[in-house]
Amino acid sequence: MDYGFTEEQKMVQELARKIAVEKALPLRAELDETGHFPWEVVKALAEANLTGIHIEEKYGGIGGGTLEYCIATEELSIICGGIALAYAATGLGTMPIILFGTEEQKQKYLPDIAAGKKLAAFGLTEANAGSDAGGMQTTAKKDGDYFILNGTKQWITNGGEAATYSVIAITDRKKGARGASAFILEKDMPGFTFGKKENKMGIRASATSELVFQDCRVHKSQMLGREGMGFIVAMKTLDRTRPGIAAQAVGIAQGALNEALKYSRQREQFGAKISTFQAVQHMLADMATQVEAARCLVYAAARSIDSGSKETSKMSAMCKLFASDTAMKVTTDAVQIFGGYGYMKEYPVEKMMRDAKITQIYEGTNQIQRNVIALELIKELAAKK
Amino acid sequence: MNIVVCIKQVPGTTQVKINPETNTLIREGVESILNPFDENAIEAALQLRDKHGGKVTVITMGPPQAVNALKDTIALGVDEAILVSDRAFAGSDTWATSYTLASTIKKIGAFDLVICGKQAIDGDTAQVGPGVSEFLNIPQVTFAVGVEINNGVMKVNRLLEETNEIVEVKLPALITVVKQMNTPRMPSFKGKMKAKSAVIPTWGAKDINAEDGKIGQKGSPTSVVKIFTPPPKGGGEILSGSVDEMVDALVKKLRDRKVC
Repeated sequence: MDYGFTEEQKMVQELARKIAVEKALPLRAELDETGHFPWEVVKALAEANLTGIHIEEKYGGIGGGTLEYCIATEELSIICGGIALAYAATGLGTMPIILFGTEEQKQKYLPDIAAGKKLAAFGLTEANAGSDAGGMQTTAKKDGDYFILNGTKQWITNGGEAATYSVIAITDRKKGARGASAFILEKDMPGFTFGKKENKMGIRASATSELVFQDCRVHKSQMLGREGMGFIVAMKTLDRTRPGIAAQAVGIAQGALNEALKYSRQREQFGAKISTFQAVQHMLADMATQVEAARCLVYAAARSIDSGSKETSKMSAMCKLFASDTAMKVTTDAVQIFGGYGYMKEYPVEKMMRDAKITQIYEGTNQIQRNVIALELIKELAAKK
Repeated sequence: MNIVVCIKQVPGTTQVKINPETNTLIREGVESILNPFDENAIEAALQLRDKHGGKVTVITMGPPQAVNALKDTIALGVDEAILVSDRAFAGSDTWATSYTLASTIKKIGAFDLVICGKQAIDGDTAQVGPGVSEFLNIPQVTFAVGVEINNGVMKVNRLLEETNEIVEVKLPALITVVKQMNTPRMPSFKGKMKAKSAVIPTWGAKDINAEDGKIGQKGSPTSVVKIFTPPPKGGGEILSGSVDEMVDALVKKLRDRKVC
């Protein structure tokens, strides 16, 4: 299908696909088993300039938008959702700097990220502040020209591997939603360490760690936006990057569909290929239709964001919700088509099913996405009156 | 350090068929790819340039669509590419091809090193690289798996069947490289953008001052008389009887066929 990509977008797709097939595919089973970080693939992405995908050219990037970011993430995810996440999460960690960074901050951090010398990560979630980000315990107390950070961020993708961290902390609890601020932190800053690396169900090639702050002194020049803008920084960032997670989900689903289709043409039962059975054909047809619908919604949301639309929250919530539910369903059906073999690690579909699950949970659970969508709908109606 | 790399577009599959009437490959519907050994030649050139400075120029003799292969090399970081294309080149054998490529390199001018893949996967002759060096009257080192350059002297590690041989050669020279030499790099987005806008000049027979009788079919001493698939070997014969009987029978057969 022709999605009306520009020549540049087709180049991004072609490069990401080549890296996925030539670099990620030979590693995915091993990294799923060991949980080692896919540095080799990151290096290839950097050499292809894809680590600077939505960084402006003047900072060494290629100046793409949300759609380019989604295209690259989807292509990688078709082969491995875990490796793709290591890539997508650096985009997430970079977004606060792109959206809210000062010229100095951009010059200091973006070129190394664009060149793939450094990865980025985003620190919002805590043990007791998941869907309810307001429950955040990490504090940043003002001390002259510095802020002193204390607290622990949990389940931070690229934690420990990234060099640059965008972290949200409470600067004034009394101010509620306006009491948080965003900071850029660097690995190896005194008082900034990493907790345990999580042992996850899926996306195992990506690293997930705690960020631990113990009297970590951060100069005020490291603040993103103004004091009190922390939640705005976080929400605007997530609105922009959620389509990336949706694209990851579409990729995982497409990968599972590809495998199921291929297998159905090989596997014989009752003296015939199982692809000749209508029961299997209908499953494949539904899977393909759902993947295509999800993909179109992701591209539409990404294009809407890139055109400067104000409906970013609703569209990005919709595409993340729909694509991740699709990924869970399609990967489950792919395992079903494989039957007993699908449950075994010799075939890649059980991994895809494990990888798919997280897309319904992170960057805002699908329940939270529904809240966002409903709130936006009500707001739109109220605005008309 | 100026390096010239000679490349070739080849059919992208080992499943090509031969037209029984003309004895030539049926190329229709077969995707063209860059000859895999040439990828290593380009990578070797880029690595040497990155280390010693200078320029990498890629040339190919082929039809107009070969420009796509040249653009792909620009995306990898090659500085310049030239398409050598003319109807007069049609039907060139390895001799005429070597002459044409060598004439192109002479026209380019000053160079320190010419790199070719060890052979093309369609013809498999491995003759063009050495041929080019002869026409240029420069030394050649084939099957290179490693090179080191110091003060105009190149140390080349040659990968032979059962051994490695290390030789020294003065530049300018020509090497042909094997696939074990390096891992070719991937193209980059910025490279692809550069390739998109790159202007690839096309040089014809006159541009390279080629002599008429030395190019194309006219200039090709080789003519393909016939290409055929050899008949499969027979199944052999199993002798039976006592050992003495079998030995006698075997010796008789060998004598009859004048093997002993």
